[in-house]
Parts: sequence; C-alpha cells; structure tokens
Amino acid sequence: MSKNVSSDRFRKVDVDEYDENKFVDEEEGGENQQGPDEGEVDSLIRQLCTGNVMGALQAVLKNPPMNTKNQALKDRAEGLVLKVLSSFKSGDIEKAVQSLDKNGVDLLMKYIYKGFEQPTENSSTVLLQWHEKALSAGGVGSIVRVLTARRTV
Amino acid sequence: MSYYNFLLEPISCHAWNKERTQIAICPNNHEVHIYKKEGGDKWSKIHELKEHNGQVTGIDWAPESNRIVTCGTDRNAYVWTLKGNVWRPTLVILRINRAARCVKWSPKENKFAVGSGSRLISICYFEQENDWWVCKHIKKPIRSTVLSLDWHPNNILLAAGSCDFKCRIFSAYIKEVEEKPSPTPWGSKMPFGELMFESSGTDGWVHSICFSGSGGRVAWVSHDSTVAVATGSKNTVISSLSSETLPLLAVTFITENSLVAAGHDCYPMLYVYDEGKGTITFGGKLDIPKQSTQRGMTARERFQNLDKKASSETEKATLDSVHKNSISQISILEGDKSKCNKFCTTGMDGGMTIWDVKTLESSMKDLKIV
Repeated sequence: MSKNVSSDRFRKVDVDEYDENKFVDEEEGGENQQGPDEGEVDSLIRQLCTGNVMGALQAVLKNPPMNTKNQALKDRAEGLVLKVLSSFKSGDIEKAVQSLDKNGVDLLMKYIYKGFEQPTENSSTVLLQWHEKALSAGGVGSIVRVLTARRTV
Repeated sequence: MSYYNFLLEPISCHAWNKERTQIAICPNNHEVHIYKKEGGDKWSKIHELKEHNGQVTGIDWAPESNRIVTCGTDRNAYVWTLKGNVWRPTLVILRINRAARCVKWSPKENKFAVGSGSRLISICYFEQENDWWVCKHIKKPIRSTVLSLDWHPNNILLAAGSCDFKCRIFSAYIKEVEEKPSPTPWGSKMPFGELMFESSGTDGWVHSICFSGSGGRVAWVSHDSTVAVATGSKNTVISSLSSETLPLLAVTFITENSLVAAGHDCYPMLYVYDEGKGTITFGGKLDIPKQSTQRGMTARERFQNLDKKASSETEKATLDSVHKNSISQISILEGDKSKCNKFCTTGMDGGMTIWDVKTLESSMKDLKIV
C-alpha cells in the first residue's frame, strides 16, 4: 500500500532511548584517561629500531583508555598497540607474553580482538600469532573477559 | 564419586529431602519429579508434581517442615505439603510480571525468597489470620534479573546475585514473623529492604552466590570467569580471582575457607580463600578422569590428521570429566557449609554426581582443603 500518512519520520525514532528502565552503566570519571602517552611511546618506538620491544610493550599497555567515550582516543591507542605488536619478531612473542601479569594478558587480549575488528594488510597474521601465545597464558577465561567487558579498550 | 544419569534433557534444578533419600528434580519441563533411592545405585520415580504452566526454574526442600517450594517461568510459586502420600500445592501470589528464576527457604523455614526477571525479590511469609502466603518486594536498587539467592544463617540477611553485574546483601526482616536481629559484620540497622552491601568491580552476570557457614563471608561467581569473596566488616574488602576457565555457574562453601565451584567446564574446582592476604587461589580440579586406553597412532593416521586438521596430536572427541555437559547446580549433601563431607552436582547432561570430599582429598595429591 502506498504511504497514507504525510510523515513517517516516527518510524525512525529509537524507542529504546526513552525506556525509563533502560540500563545505564555507572559513569566512572573517564575524562582523565589519556591512553598511552604519545611522547613516551614515540621515544620507545625509536628504541624499537634498536630493539627495546619489551619496554615499548609495557609502555603501550599502561593507561588503557577504558573509561573514556572518546572514540578517537581509543582508535589512537589501538593503532599504537598494533604498531608495537607488529615490530616483535615471532620468536620473541612468547617471552613478551610471559612477562605480563594476569591483568596485562587480559588487556592484551582486548587489544588483539579490537585489532581483529579492523584488519589491515598484515595485521591479522601478527595478531593471530599474539593470540595463540596470549591464549596459552590466559586461557579461555581471558577471551570470556573480552566478551563480557562493559568498558572496552 | 557416583554418577547417575536421570534423563537425556538437562536437569533445570534439584533439591534433596532431609534424609537425603529423595531428590526432587525438574526435567526441563513444567513438572517436578521426585525420585527415591532404592538399594544400590537405583532410583525410582515416586511422585510427579504437575501444577506449573511454565518451566520450573527453582526448587527448594525445607528439611524440618518437609515442604517443597517451586517457582517457574509462569510467574508463580507453589508451596507443596505432603498429605498422606500426595503432595498438595498452595499457590503463592508473587505479584511479578516476569518469570521467577530462583527460590530459597530461609534457615528457619518461616519465609522464602524468590528472585525474578521483574528486577525484584519477593519475600513470602505465611499469614495465619488469612491462611495464605503474603509477599513483600525488595526493588531498589536492583536493575536487572535476580539470578541467585542465599540466606544468611540469622534468617534476616539475604544475598542476591543479579544480571546487573552486582552481588548485593539485603535485609529481609519481616516484623510479623520474627524478632529484631542482633548486629552482624554486615551492619546493625536492618529494616526491611535495606541494602547492606553492594559489590563492584566485576563485569558479568552473577550466576551464583553463597554465604559461608558463619555468615561472615559471601562468595559469588560471575560470567566473566571470576570468583569473588567478600568478608563483612566496616570496610568490606572484595577479593577476586580471574580464572582461565569458562564461566562458572554454581558455587558453595565447603569449609570457612574453601569453595567448590563448577560451570561450563563440566567439572567442579576447588578455590581457597585466604582472608589475611585477601586472595583466592585455585586449589585444583576435582575430577578424576578415567584413564582412556592410549592407542598409538599409526603413521597413516598421523598423515591423515595432518592433511585434514593440520595437527599431529591425538584429538580427544569426548570430555574426560564425569559430567558431559555444563554443571548448573551444586548442593551440599552431608555436613554443612562450614564442614562438608559430600556434595552433589547436577547438570545439563541430565546427570547427577555425588562427590565425597574425603575420597577426593586422598586421591588427588596436593589437594588440601583448609
């Protein structure tokens, strides 16, 4: 049947937004989150060429932008992490994962899955290698925590 | 441990009678079946309780008064009393508009609590003058379905785990049926519906929750594969452990410091809580796998595997745990939460296993239950 009302814009209204029972996550003050410090990581990336990959990994996993809603900040953090992960040699990945603590492995898993969401030229191969090592360190529990996290990286 | 397979469908929930000779289970439909233990390993069905119009989601059997309370997705709860040889139901009006999810008798059996998808807990008690069950609601600040409940030994405090990722302790003090409670580590003022404690820090639905034997601690498991314990005090401290396994669905204390939890990995696990250090450590997997015969692989099989699956290891197609599907409920059979000798698990494989703590302790080296 053809349109028989003059306007059908009401069909595009998201009624869930107006539901008074809608679940809203607690705000936890995300304004101070800056993500990994650009300057620090940049200097460490310069060191990457000289081989300080472990230090770069530790630095880039500090201060994850988890509580902020700033999408650009999150994308930038993800890009930095990807850069650091790609500069590891395959043989060193296992050692690097061993040097992380439990929270570090969980955080690494979150970045890996975030990276899977937007695959680039070579990123998936690198990420899959990291995924294998992170899985043996963190177990399926770390993947479950990626799926259930309310505040993502 | 002994395993008995009741059905092919999952066992939604179960409850034991006081003597542990009869078990009431819901075979994933609208009914409750009561089985009686015959000699040896045999069970026979002696009663079928048919009153619900929706799947029965919770059963609890009061040991002293021998009453069964059941709740279901039809938004109703029934209290069953044994008259002669027949169980007679009494409808309890819960005033909820979503499914009921869990039900628990209080320790003194004068009231019971029902958690539901209506984001509230119904506390029901019997009113003598009108000869019916009346309910009061605890609503604030629950924001989603209440999945699990456990009563404190003082009959007043109730712990609730819900889908809004929090574990809470409420006061369910009903002045019509009981005296004013004395102060506890969780607080001293306990009017009805008072929030004594709310957890934070874990993501994931809280599947199961349990008070310790003394009531001073509460443990819960949530869907982000974590186990957490909180000890009540002025500044309650929450200790949690992120496990490497799939999410756990059921947890219970077996001593003041040890927890047994089970879930989607199909075997129970021991966790040990150290209050001084504020840590929870993984104590061990409580399942003795059957030693399957190890056939060596022929070279042909090895190459076939490499070709088909790109792996040269022998792949196990079956689980080597006793339960073949997720374990959804754990109940204490012998002893109590401060010293348990036997516990029982039921799962989605339709099976029920009885575990003996002493046998487990002796057969697994390095397993210490403190």
